Amino acid sequence: MSKPKFAMYWAASCGGCEIAVLNIHEKILDVDAAFDVVFWPVAMDAKYKDVEAMPDDSITLCLWNGGIRNDENEHMAHLLRKKAQILVAFGSCACEGCIPGLANFSSTQDMIDTAFSTITTDNPDNIRPQASYAMPEGIITIPTINPILKTLDQVVDVDYYMPGCPPESHQIAAVIDLVIAALNGKAQLPPKGATIGAGNSTVCDECPRKRNVKAIKEFNRIQLMAADPELCLLEQGIPCNGPATRSGCNARCPSAGAQCIGCYGPAEGVVDYGARLIAAFASVIDSDKPDEIDKILDGLVDPAGQFYRFNLAGSLLRASKAAQTPKIG
Amino acid sequence: MTDTPETKPLDSTRDKPFEPVMIGFTCNWCSYRAADMAGISRMKYAPNVRLIRLMCSGRLDPTFVFKAFAGGADAVLVSGCHPGDCHYATQNYKAMRRFHLMQRVLAQMGIEPARLKLLWASAAEGQIFANEITKFVEEVRALGPLNWNTKPNAVEVPAEIPVEEVQA
Repeated sequence: MSKPKFAMYWAASCGGCEIAVLNIHEKILDVDAAFDVVFWPVAMDAKYKDVEAMPDDSITLCLWNGGIRNDENEHMAHLLRKKAQILVAFGSCACEGCIPGLANFSSTQDMIDTAFSTITTDNPDNIRPQASYAMPEGIITIPTINPILKTLDQVVDVDYYMPGCPPESHQIAAVIDLVIAALNGKAQLPPKGATIGAGNSTVCDECPRKRNVKAIKEFNRIQLMAADPELCLLEQGIPCNGPATRSGCNARCPSAGAQCIGCYGPAEGVVDYGARLIAAFASVIDSDKPDEIDKILDGLVDPAGQFYRFNLAGSLLRASKAAQTPKIG
Repeated sequence: MTDTPETKPLDSTRDKPFEPVMIGFTCNWCSYRAADMAGISRMKYAPNVRLIRLMCSGRLDPTFVFKAFAGGADAVLVSGCHPGDCHYATQNYKAMRRFHLMQRVLAQMGIEPARLKLLWASAAEGQIFANEITKFVEEVRALGPLNWNTKPNAVEVPAEIPVEEVQA
């Protein structure tokens, strides 16, 4: 009997998810023992036409990381959906847009300008990428950019979600064990649409810091103060995204003295991650006077960036007005 | 949920003058009763706001507001008991703090803060409620349609608002 087939693909992502998979150490040998790796651009050579030639549903498990930034990503999403039985949105980018999704705050023009003509870019002739270009050998093309970055499930049907930026290695190992056990008939896969490799609660629930339900008079930036190592960070005025963020990382950042930035995405039942944080942050502000509330809120330098750092593309509003009116010059 | 491919901006079906589509959240104890008072006193005011009754303005999850804007609303009204008068003691202060924070986030998203309004109205203030709504509708009419267009399958809003005047 031939082994089940495994694929992993990256779209608009940083490559950290691939590293996280390799970070499962010797468990990668189990993956190799249980699966035939048929397509994994970062680890092996394969062409898109090889994937196109595969029969539909022939890939058992496909981990997809990265958001949908351009028409190549979108094409591959449709292709791998057709070829894979189980398609997993793997990592924050695929689930909710993550850092590449922050471009949804800006117009396409601003995004391109930032990438190609800021002071750190060596581009004296102000050259911009062209979707198609005539060379003596013929016309060559590159993928065209979408004005708004989309999450994987905004483009194709997704079977499971695995959050994290990147997903923690022990969680990846647990999921791989589960899939292998399920293939051998020794375990059952969770229902379609489930979030796997993460907890069902919030980071606060796993956080060892002490909470006293105390309200605050000002927001602080963690680098500008000596934070109490025992006390809840939010109660010290440090914007910590724990209250809305899904558990599963063992509260790594708050345990190490840094605030949660929300990379595990919305907790179970949270529809809009930023909206939940607005509710949580507004609740700890100790003031009933509009002027004073405004003064306290001035301490939050970039509220939308704070609340949607990982989740903008997956939020209810998805993208700013500027990003919705694209003009490429 | 995967987007359906067809794109239809909300306003493309409207060839009539722009009528703002607005969602209003009222609390059970004060502002909903103010609206009720306006109704039973037969006061006339703009019919653009669709009211949704919550038990308290403190129940207003910011998700409701973002969902309204994402789904095609041109503006959102949040209303509750006057400060100090909340049926649940202090929850309207919570609504006030959320309102201030929401306005900042909405501004960063390119939604004018004037599209989100906070209004205190007691159960006796039917006239104030009616006047403020009419004023708010005119302010939003001046701003123009929001046309939030990140979802191709945004909820279709009927081009004409189904209202009719009923004889008492």
